[in-house]
Amino acid sequence: MNKDEYQKLVKKLSPKEPKLRNAIIAFLVGGFVGFIGEVIVNILMESFGLARVDSYAWLAFILILFATFMTAVGKFDNWVQKAKCGLIIPTTGFAHSVQSAALDYKRDGLITGIGANVFKLAGSVILYGIVSAFILIVIKVVLYG
Amino acid sequence: MYLQAFIFAGIVCLICQVVLDNTTLTPGHITSSVTVIGALLSFLGIYDKIVACFGAGATVLIANFGHMLYSAGLAGYEESGILGFFSNMLCSSGIAIVSVVVFSFVFTLVFKAKD
Repeated sequence: MNKDEYQKLVKKLSPKEPKLRNAIIAFLVGGFVGFIGEVIVNILMESFGLARVDSYAWLAFILILFATFMTAVGKFDNWVQKAKCGLIIPTTGFAHSVQSAALDYKRDGLITGIGANVFKLAGSVILYGIVSAFILIVIKVVLYG
Repeated sequence: MYLQAFIFAGIVCLICQVVLDNTTLTPGHITSSVTVIGALLSFLGIYDKIVACFGAGATVLIANFGHMLYSAGLAGYEESGILGFFSNMLCSSGIAIVSVVVFSFVFTLVFKAKD
């Protein structure tokens, strides 16, 4: 059996992802997160008299608190398994990746475990976010003043 | 606004899920790309309009992280030059980074990993 045949066999035998179902679930869960966010923002603006921009900041704070807590309790992993991008693309995915990396490496100690691995997954978001924002600002400043 | 938030956040997650299922990219690739796209849309002046139209539907996404980095950095540059550019960039997205670090550290000390 050569490599190509082996690849074909692997493809045939590996279980197929239910793509349509995944997509619909991601749409519904992601939309639900957006909807809940809007509800929270409106509650903050009406009940606490916050400005819209501040409410968005508080919303990010609340989502992160919720996601890290649920991950620590052990519920969020199952939800992410089911909802996939519905929970990965919102800020909850960022919080989930930090919290789960920290928990996974807890047994390696405070420094070489938690400290060294806490941004293992979320680090790429921070790195590429900052680098791309840096480059784009430089372009903006150089080209448009 | 509730419906707009639902539809926008849902469609972005749907697109990402389709990309995830049909390519060999990992969730890490997707979230990083979405962050960069957020910064790019902010650069093109589109992201502010998206937030105005879809409200929290746009700010709950990780793309908002890129948008905040870009707009805070640019505001810093306009205020106090190159030093402001560097010192301000993490200004508004700092809430996400600091809160995630603090919460996950505290929760990690308190809870155990489940296998």
